[in-house]
Amino acid sequence: MTENAEHTGVDRRRFLAFLVAAPTLTVAAVQLDTPGAAAVPLPEPPDLGDVLNLAALPTSHLLTLKVAEDGTVDFWLPREEVGQGLTTAVAMLVAEELDTALDTVRVHLDKARPELLFNQLTGSSNSIRSLYRPVRTAAAAARQRLAWAAALRWGTEPDRVTTRGGRALLADGRSIAYGELAREASSDRFAEQPLALKPRAEHRLIGSPTSRIDARALVTGRQQYTLDLDIPGAKPAMVRRPPTIRGSVRRVRNAAAVETMPGVLAVTAIATGVAVVAETFGQALAGKEALDVEWGPGPVDELSDDSLRAKLRGAVAQGLPPLLGRYVDAEFDFAPVSHAPLETNCAVADVRPAHATVWAPAQSPIAARKAVADAIGLPDALVDFHVVQAGGSFGRRLFHDAAIEAAQVSKAVRRPVRLMWSRVDDMRHGRMRPATHHKLRAVHAGGALLSFRHRMASVAMDVRHGFGDAITAGLTGLPLVGETTAQAMFALSVRSPYDMGATRQTLTEVPLQLPTGSWRGVFSGTGRAAEEMFVDELAERLGQDPVAFRRARLRTAAQRAVLDKAAAGWGRELPAGWAQGVGFHEEYRSRTACVVDLDATDPKAPRVMRAVIAVDAGRAVNPRGIEAQMLGGLTDAIATTLRAGLHLDKGLPLEGSYSQFHYARQRNSPYEAKVHVLDGGPDAEPGGIGELGVPAPVAAIANAYARATGRRPRSFPVHFAVDFEPFPR
Amino acid sequence: MPDQTFTVNGETVTVDAPDDLPLLWVLRDLLGIRGPKYGCGIDVCKACTSHLDGEAFNPCVTPVASVAGRSVTTIEGLADGDRLHPVQEAWLAQDVAQCGFCQPGQIMAAVALLRRTSTPTDAEIANVCRCGTYVRIREAIKAAAARM
Repeated sequence: MTENAEHTGVDRRRFLAFLVAAPTLTVAAVQLDTPGAAAVPLPEPPDLGDVLNLAALPTSHLLTLKVAEDGTVDFWLPREEVGQGLTTAVAMLVAEELDTALDTVRVHLDKARPELLFNQLTGSSNSIRSLYRPVRTAAAAARQRLAWAAALRWGTEPDRVTTRGGRALLADGRSIAYGELAREASSDRFAEQPLALKPRAEHRLIGSPTSRIDARALVTGRQQYTLDLDIPGAKPAMVRRPPTIRGSVRRVRNAAAVETMPGVLAVTAIATGVAVVAETFGQALAGKEALDVEWGPGPVDELSDDSLRAKLRGAVAQGLPPLLGRYVDAEFDFAPVSHAPLETNCAVADVRPAHATVWAPAQSPIAARKAVADAIGLPDALVDFHVVQAGGSFGRRLFHDAAIEAAQVSKAVRRPVRLMWSRVDDMRHGRMRPATHHKLRAVHAGGALLSFRHRMASVAMDVRHGFGDAITAGLTGLPLVGETTAQAMFALSVRSPYDMGATRQTLTEVPLQLPTGSWRGVFSGTGRAAEEMFVDELAERLGQDPVAFRRARLRTAAQRAVLDKAAAGWGRELPAGWAQGVGFHEEYRSRTACVVDLDATDPKAPRVMRAVIAVDAGRAVNPRGIEAQMLGGLTDAIATTLRAGLHLDKGLPLEGSYSQFHYARQRNSPYEAKVHVLDGGPDAEPGGIGELGVPAPVAAIANAYARATGRRPRSFPVHFAVDFEPFPR
Repeated sequence: MPDQTFTVNGETVTVDAPDDLPLLWVLRDLLGIRGPKYGCGIDVCKACTSHLDGEAFNPCVTPVASVAGRSVTTIEGLADGDRLHPVQEAWLAQDVAQCGFCQPGQIMAAVALLRRTSTPTDAEIANVCRCGTYVRIREAIKAAAARM
């Protein structure tokens, strides 16, 4: 075995690479250390990603890299690509360490592999953090073997062989392409040697802004999503769903009539509704609309916005006023928000008597495979679950309800099916970021802050389906940080970056049978955003400038550098009715600040005109991808702060399409948006990025709105009228 | 069921489909042309945007019978072989796509828009992008307008 000799930075985990018996060069990376707090000390204090890394430790060995005889490199990635650019960043890591061209590297999404345990989970902005070392270790081992094979051919010492551009080179000008060496390099004759990862100074790709490796497929329509796959014989299927969330099917009154409709092949009831299988989705949709079903009630039929909000407000109390000092209190509410990825919930399933195959977008495919197997009564081992690149996620693909439904329908109709949710169902019966309520208090005396308290109430967040299990496993042996998994996640993720005296943040969960899920972040998109609004309020009450107030209380130079960069234009002159707002956020071992210029001349139609974002994500693997993620977070912030949310009405969201759920459009996006990616320093490891970009701009927009209008928004989204005629139930 | 004959990406096709079946499903499910995406089915998200005789249209709300004898172009028919359309090139230069699901429709809408005006307004760029790539979309459209 070859040991990775590089031990820099805070992460001292060690990875090995070993040769896999195969016709051409194939190596795999393995985690050397055993899990457990004793063997691998967690950074203090740990964050959510650290805990997930710990959970992933025992199984890092199954990252596989193959060099083919034509010189192409295949890498199997045990993660999901949802648009975050992960396959590109991973291809960069491989190409960098292997010394080959980026376009020779092909990244495949690995199918569900239960032996990976907790190491096949895409979430909590943790993919690059967990893969940065093992991927490079595998590539470095492959490069070393190719150099050995070349040395053997040339009858020279391996250390005289260099590598570049997919070739082994000698100083005299001779060179051999990797592809020609791939077979020889797979020999087990080569003695293992210490392996060193490239030092940062030699990085050519890592740290360079790089375009997506799949960009051409994406702009030509050749990228295949789940329902674009050609699975022989797979017929379109859609499900008619109950008039309230999680209602039940009692009886289908007209199944026989619907089965005679043009193109309809079968009608079958499953747990979540009544499925119609047809020759085309258009006909399946028409069939499902024509169904006459007697429905049973759901668990939240009485729940509407008012009762929901009252439950949340009642779940946390501000407490008695302090005996010493003066205090500032504030409250904020956030409406539920739909994930609403453009690709609606979907899966393809081919269930046979003794075997099943499923294709679906999935962030937690091991749990998905097990859930499918359970649903159709097959042993797990007889189910193959293929992970397909997703048309967006934002947390939605942590749940695999469509895969379960597709398998159930395929089993019932005895043919492969392509199951798709309608947009209306995707918004009404899909997952949602839970509604939250926040009570905040700061106590101050003589200009100094004595304490800061944030009591957050949230509809219970569903963190099962593999994600919660990983947290629980990673936390084993650690001091208890919360009573429930969600509280543990809250404690690991919602942290104040400021010195504001005695600080305490707590989560109270309100258990309701609503289909919730993390939404580009777990609790920070609401929790940390509310804190950043409160910080502005506090600064105002103490007569201080919001940027100066933050700067004085941030704890580290890295935090201040990010704030200073974003706030370089703070205080510039703006037209009447406009204002600037600022927000800061630190999580996933990354930090970001955002300053927006908001035009609130018409307070009913505010628009972010300009945004400046600074981000320090540690070692920035792909600055261009980081910029994309931050721009996406900014758009999410514009949407959820100003206009996008779900109204609950008697057990069902009213919103059923993008004409009703007001996700931001081009006319809402800033004319100017600048993202500054700061260097995290010479020893920095990558921080997380996918979810980092939401809380700071949410607060910046709300704070700008307050400064422009003189009215501090308390309830989000700010403009939330039911300005549409809801679709029938 | 009636035969429906029209042109897709330069080829004449005939399919057996009811008159009122939305063209999106004829393209995707009967012809296997899967560049146009379903995102809403009611002409709101515009992920299926394609061209009908050179004009942008949305196959999700277009009955197949209404395109009889006409010419449909989908994202698959936009490039000239390996030579991409300037709008596609601009998309690559700006690295616009994230999840990419809306992008075939975004690009087809932008191509049609730029045939009408070289300075489209934000309101005219109407397609939904849930990844929030709007800033790069606007830059790409500007750059493409300069080249077209």
